[in-house]
Amino acid sequence: MKEQRPHHPPSWAQRFIAWYCKPGLAEDLMGDLHECFERNVRSTGPRRAKLIYIIDAFKFFRSYTVRRSIFVHLFMNRVMIGSYVKTSGRNIMRNKLFSFINILGLAISMSVGLLLIAFVLDLRSYDRFHKNGERIYRITNILTSNNEQNGKFATTSIRTGRLIREKVTGIEEVAIMRNDFSGDAQVGDNILPIRGFWAEPSLFRIFTFPMLEGNPETALKDPYSVVLTETAARKLFGHQAALGKAIRIDTVVYQVTGIMKDVPFFSHISFEALISLSTAEQLHKADKRFTAWTNMWSSSVYLLPSEDADMAAIRAQLNALAREENLAEENTRIQLELLPLYNIVVGESLRQSEGGPGFTGPHMPPVVLWILGGLAFVVILSACFNYTNLSIARAMRRVKEIGLRKAIGAGKSEVRLQFLAEAVMISLASLLLSFFLFLVLRPLLINMAPEMQRTVKLDLTPAMVVVFIVFSVGVGVIAGFMPAIFFSKVNPIHAFGSASSVKMFKHLTLRRALVVVQYTVTLIFITTTAVGYVQYRHILAFDLGFSTANILNINMLDNTPDVLIRELREMPEVTGVSRSLITTGVGNAWGGVMKYKDSRDSALVMTNHVDENYLPLHDYKLLAGGNFIARPASAEAVSEVIVNEQVLKRFHIGANNPRKAIGEQITLNGRKLTIVGVMQDFHYGKVEHLIGPVAFTFWTPEDRAIISAKIQSANMPATLDRIAAAWKEIDPVHPFTAEFYDEAIEDAYSEFSTMIKIIGFLSFLAISIASMGLFGMVVFTTETRIKEIGIRKVMGASVGNLIYLLSRGFLLLLSVSALIALPATYFFFKTVVLPNFPYHTPVQITELSAGLLLVLLIAFVMIGSQTLKAARSNPVVVLRRE
Amino acid sequence: MKGTNLGEFEELVLLTVAALVNEAYSVAVCDELSNHTGRSVKLGVVHAVLNRLEEKGLVKSELGEATKARGGKRKRFYQLTTQGKAALINARSMREQLWARIPLLAWEKM
Repeated sequence: MKEQRPHHPPSWAQRFIAWYCKPGLAEDLMGDLHECFERNVRSTGPRRAKLIYIIDAFKFFRSYTVRRSIFVHLFMNRVMIGSYVKTSGRNIMRNKLFSFINILGLAISMSVGLLLIAFVLDLRSYDRFHKNGERIYRITNILTSNNEQNGKFATTSIRTGRLIREKVTGIEEVAIMRNDFSGDAQVGDNILPIRGFWAEPSLFRIFTFPMLEGNPETALKDPYSVVLTETAARKLFGHQAALGKAIRIDTVVYQVTGIMKDVPFFSHISFEALISLSTAEQLHKADKRFTAWTNMWSSSVYLLPSEDADMAAIRAQLNALAREENLAEENTRIQLELLPLYNIVVGESLRQSEGGPGFTGPHMPPVVLWILGGLAFVVILSACFNYTNLSIARAMRRVKEIGLRKAIGAGKSEVRLQFLAEAVMISLASLLLSFFLFLVLRPLLINMAPEMQRTVKLDLTPAMVVVFIVFSVGVGVIAGFMPAIFFSKVNPIHAFGSASSVKMFKHLTLRRALVVVQYTVTLIFITTTAVGYVQYRHILAFDLGFSTANILNINMLDNTPDVLIRELREMPEVTGVSRSLITTGVGNAWGGVMKYKDSRDSALVMTNHVDENYLPLHDYKLLAGGNFIARPASAEAVSEVIVNEQVLKRFHIGANNPRKAIGEQITLNGRKLTIVGVMQDFHYGKVEHLIGPVAFTFWTPEDRAIISAKIQSANMPATLDRIAAAWKEIDPVHPFTAEFYDEAIEDAYSEFSTMIKIIGFLSFLAISIASMGLFGMVVFTTETRIKEIGIRKVMGASVGNLIYLLSRGFLLLLSVSALIALPATYFFFKTVVLPNFPYHTPVQITELSAGLLLVLLIAFVMIGSQTLKAARSNPVVVLRRE
Repeated sequence: MKGTNLGEFEELVLLTVAALVNEAYSVAVCDELSNHTGRSVKLGVVHAVLNRLEEKGLVKSELGEATKARGGKRKRFYQLTTQGKAALINARSMREQLWARIPLLAWEKM
């Protein structure tokens, strides 16, 4: 006999077959599948065999195997749908208030869902226009220096690209792109700032960027050739043919070797021009670091593996290649990783070095999408709860209908389907409304932040419309699920009996629970908004350690600042002018390696190059020493440095005593410098970071310049116009880029304000939806208890008594919600959010209770107005009916 | 009549059922077909075709004896009906007529 077999097909799949299959066919069909299963267990192993069994179970779901009754149900329902639509329509029309609450609530919440769907679909459509898109990868560099993880970078070295091209097998194409190309293109008198990449001919073989004129194979081959996009060519050359013409970009003359179609909006790389990479090689011929393995800051490498490539083998080769290169490095280790093209926009956050404007393009970490999706889901769920609550609350009026339907042959499933159909009808009606809301909200969302405008369009596409409809049906099903279950259980005998009305209130707990959940969510939303806003204001008003009031920062781009400084000094409104390399406190950073006496102990310090007026203008507090004494004219001659307290602490200079530190020598980027001053600690980076060591050295004319001008003016716009006019004289090509320091700080934290706006908007929606639901419930309760109220009044109850009686229940529910929501929000901020901000202010009771007060106030108005109406009703009129 | 026309695969299945005589149940038919035609034949397809043939009245089926194998499930054995037999003969003779119409000389030149 056969031995005992331990493996069995998955039982749920067996049950599934038994459920759908005609009884006559079921036995031998399952037997056949079982036989195949046993055979598969022997040949391919139990796991695969189970999988095959499951797949087969679904494959056998065919017209001839499926039980007739399942079809009959579907068919019957088809016939009945007309009836459902009719009764649902009547029901919607009969209860205008409830239908209005339901449709409006669902519409409002669904509009958020629609926006999110459009947003996600837009993000997902990035880079899909490349024909080989699925196969394209970008190299990610993982940098470890001095045994410290420095994170993943979207950029890599030119050397990486070359090595891959030489050594790695299974790769069809490699394209190296260098990102720091920008300049002023000049054709005749026409000057246009232009931005782009240095690229290789293989770029056109990997990506689908169609060439209109010129040969894509050779266009980027020779040095000093440039490929323009259609728009850039039109801007520069007008309607003349551009191909073969010469362009001066800054000081170099290039030849136009190709005109390509504009880069589509949904592309993670965008540019106006491509310069042949061989040009960059020519320009950097003398620079050995240009192709160094560790020069990984400004190039990216794209790969197109061949169609049958073994990705594991390619990864192994990349690892081997990196290992070999790392051998030559002392403190730096770089690992190579492959990032699929489609995961660039929605995927892991990568770092990039400063000065690569928009190089990695738009990016959205999936976790943000999940959070937004979760929030939207909560709001939608809240509206669904309204529907559930109001439907079940009004059950009494429909129980007779259901009883009748059941008495003449409707089964549970028909009743379920009827209520689902009704909910779907309502949600489809809401879809129309929410679509208009979507159209209204769309520009608001897009204009909320400049990144938004660059990232998404939210244009309607057919796919989007389909997803919208599917989404709305889904919402309808969620909303109608509970009522459907509830009504399908109605017993026809009870439906016609008089006792039914009492039994219907059994579901009070469910409804109460739903209200509590709704209000808890609402309260969490609104208190989060309030707390977040207070924290945000705190960040903006935070004392950075220097003054930013009335300081205008003018970015000089590549112009020398002297002329503008002279003109600014002549203006009476300008009380002070200074120069610096970068603007601090807004997230910009410039770093250097500092050493003290021990030459093996080095640390990264943040630096800025400033002139002698910078410290007084910004009110930096000096603890010891003074301003720069020497006025070096070149970076070579710089000999002095001003440091903050953290530098002293880091290197134990002068035993942490600022006075003793003066005159000490440190080395910064290999240059010996003398400490001439010690500043009090201030926020060089953003407020969420701890203060680290900072060193200021003297600004020299080789540096780029930001001019800070302190302005005292009664008429700011006029003053700004005058400065802008002065700028036009100096640089007619580039626009005047100046920003007040305070605004720059506000911009630096724009992600917070965006987040607060979004959550604020959602909490507004949540409040409106919950309030509408509460209103519906109050109206319903007072209506059903109107006779009770009449009798109570006759017996001598006062209006106050009655209001208390009617609103007591709701207020109790609200307090339960408050008891859950407020501590939850508090601990959420305390343990999750605020630890990320070392300099936050503690969460106060005021902002916690502000939201509660608002919600309570609205609820009071809702409950009060209705109960007052009921309490004031004339008992004679009320009791006479019957 | 619509039912008497056999599709190519239907004909193969029908022939296999005839060939297997008393052992014709879906898995066996499936194996036999796979062995003789060299194509990978899916059980689901065979099952559907057998069912269709039964609807057309070309085969009849009955459940066999219960055994311990196959999870204790019985097999459904198929047998040709007279109609099925007629359909096979019909299909064959139709082919032979068509073959006979090809002039030998022309065939060899092809």
